Amino acid sequence: MDPDQSEDSPSNSANSHGPTQPQSPFPDEVLEKVLSFIDSRKDRSSVSLVRKDWYNAERWTRSKLFIGNCYSVSPEIVARRFPRIKSVTLKGKPRFSDFNMLPRDWGANVHSWLVMFAKVYPFLEELRLKRMTVTDESLELLAKSFPRFKALTLSSCDGFSDNGLKAIASHCRNLTELDIQDSVTDDVGGGWLSCFPENFASLEVLNFSSLNCEVSFDDLERLVGRCKSLRVLKVNDSITLDQLRRLLVHAPQLMELGTGSFMQELTPRQYEDIESAFSNCRNLQVLSGLWEATSLYLPVLYGACASLTFLNLSDVALQSSEFAKLLVHCPNLRRLWVIDTVEDKGLEALGSSCPLLEELRVFPSDPYDRHHRDGVTELGFLAVSRGCRKLRYVLYFCRRMTNAAVVTIVQNCPDFTHFRLCIMTPGQPDYLTNEPMDEAFAAVVKTCTKLKRLSVSGLLTDLTFEYIGKYAKNLETLSVAFAGSSDWGMQCVLEGCPKLRKLEIRDCPFGNAALLSGREKYEMMRSLWMSSCNVTMKGCRLLAREMPRLNVEVIKDEGNDDGQADRVYVYRSVAGPRRDAPPFVLTL
Amino acid sequence: MEGVMSHASDLNLKATELRLGLPGTDERDDVESVARNNKRALPESANDSGSKGGKSIDHENAPAPKAQIVGWPPVRSYRKNNLEAKKTETETGMYVKVSMDGAPYLRKIDLSIYNGYAELLKALESMFKLTIGDYSEREGYKGSEYAPAYEDKDGDLMLVGDVPWDMFMSSCKRLRIMKGSDASGLGCGV
Repeated sequence: MDPDQSEDSPSNSANSHGPTQPQSPFPDEVLEKVLSFIDSRKDRSSVSLVRKDWYNAERWTRSKLFIGNCYSVSPEIVARRFPRIKSVTLKGKPRFSDFNMLPRDWGANVHSWLVMFAKVYPFLEELRLKRMTVTDESLELLAKSFPRFKALTLSSCDGFSDNGLKAIASHCRNLTELDIQDSVTDDVGGGWLSCFPENFASLEVLNFSSLNCEVSFDDLERLVGRCKSLRVLKVNDSITLDQLRRLLVHAPQLMELGTGSFMQELTPRQYEDIESAFSNCRNLQVLSGLWEATSLYLPVLYGACASLTFLNLSDVALQSSEFAKLLVHCPNLRRLWVIDTVEDKGLEALGSSCPLLEELRVFPSDPYDRHHRDGVTELGFLAVSRGCRKLRYVLYFCRRMTNAAVVTIVQNCPDFTHFRLCIMTPGQPDYLTNEPMDEAFAAVVKTCTKLKRLSVSGLLTDLTFEYIGKYAKNLETLSVAFAGSSDWGMQCVLEGCPKLRKLEIRDCPFGNAALLSGREKYEMMRSLWMSSCNVTMKGCRLLAREMPRLNVEVIKDEGNDDGQADRVYVYRSVAGPRRDAPPFVLTL
Repeated sequence: MEGVMSHASDLNLKATELRLGLPGTDERDDVESVARNNKRALPESANDSGSKGGKSIDHENAPAPKAQIVGWPPVRSYRKNNLEAKKTETETGMYVKVSMDGAPYLRKIDLSIYNGYAELLKALESMFKLTIGDYSEREGYKGSEYAPAYEDKDGDLMLVGDVPWDMFMSSCKRLRIMKGSDASGLGCGV
């Protein structure tokens, strides 16, 4: 963000105060017209830095606001700079909050933003929130303040209930999208769905798959029936197969479908009917849900899979045989999310059936190893890499891995942009050689020159981080856990990766020297997270003192040594220290 | 395990290991304090590759349940809850009571460990020391003294084998081994 806050209107820019700028060759109207075609955030940012009149033209023509860290800027600053915003994306908590590493009530409450938007952007149409706390009060304010409001996305948000959603359904007459993903909110209640008015028919996207509530099926059926432009429908597991069939009959045009539960006893007639309902969905590109689907009823889907590009099986623990049979019908698959119950055998089938695969995420069915299930190993990953050469995104949870396997995998698939490997036992070495996994990640960063995101795991020494610093020139996000030997490792990364934006570290032997070595770098990054490392309060205070444009926040664990800085969150901000920090967050 | 431990000392990781206590306090204090405070990862896990929590250091006590590290593995809670809920069903098994006409007490079996009717019937035969005979859709169980029946979700008494195995597993509430003569009325044959 450019701290230079000019409030000039475009026509005055030529007469602005301060050092006179040479006359622009373009009239402002022309400049604005041209700039209104620029959508890319990065381009707009570059444009705003050229000269003052460009800065002004840019701010007047920007309609989409993206704020990657809600505390990096304040609603006031945003409102002053951008007068004509129609779409806002706001992200709040650091990613590790997904894994219970932040106490409740940490912050990232959207309310103060909405209050400002209600004042300054009455024509707001879209709001996309991620990891923010959204109360019913906020949803009510949203519903009543923006008459043209169209699209709401709540991703990993918490704090709301049935009442807030009721307000949205009742008052947003022009709503086209209501997309609730990965809701962290407890029992919500399903009455909201019945609050859409009888003549309301503009919905294009409806996703309530992560809400734990029962909705009125009759109202849902009527709603789906009248929304002729509906292209995304993701229901939750309270919807049965037969109910789903009725919805599909109303909406065969769907492009994205999240089914309900497959746990139902179907008569042969019902089976045929639902099979034919699925076959009529010729535009289906994305499929998810499938709770409790077993080999018994999975085949009803086969007719809808020909044009499928994204199959999300992360809510149903399939075995390898039924998984393999399903894949035969999905030759155009580009993205697959699956649970490791399919085992290596299932992944071999994936390698044979889906040559166009670009993204694979394998989730653990047994993350705490309570049942000693096999899951997937390096063999499964190898099999996929052999058959799916276009792989560029992988998230792989496993219990064992070898350096040799990873070396081969990246040779097979050098185009990785996202490589997230999670060997679930902390600090585990190569299981064949007992060596650290350094060479695996060395191969990843050397071979995959387009790598933007990396998560490392297993037993790792500083060598891994030397390699990362030396080779990962496009790396933007790095996640590290239980790794490294000394400060040197972290220093290599901070000195070496020019495009680094997000660094999250837990349980590593990195201390104050490492923390401080990155002081200037943090101003060019979105944020740094360090927890359970060797950083002390003294080191954090020093960082805070030397870098006034960074917010250095510490959360201490109860009963721990006073000098330790247990959880440290560092981020650049033009808004100064948080004014809403709860007592357990110490701003230094 | 030993190979790993010696490797760890080669790297001299101990010098940089995370410790909860002040330098100089011994290992056992760390294990105890972590057992109390479940919030942080065990320091030794950094160099104690292959072990979970503090289990490998804790030689003297009985093997404790594996110490769960907060936020690890990095799986989102809603996803965990979904799978945990489904898993507890299979974890505790699908136990149903089995009664046999004339026997003084009942038995219990776990349906989830069988892959189909053949295995189940074999197990019943073995458990009750009897033969069950051959199943046919028309005539039920022919050629034996006993026939296996079950009570379904609606409370009705059904003959084992009529519906697909998966459907049977989800609808069977208890099993009853009936004397052949009593079971003849259940056969599908007219």
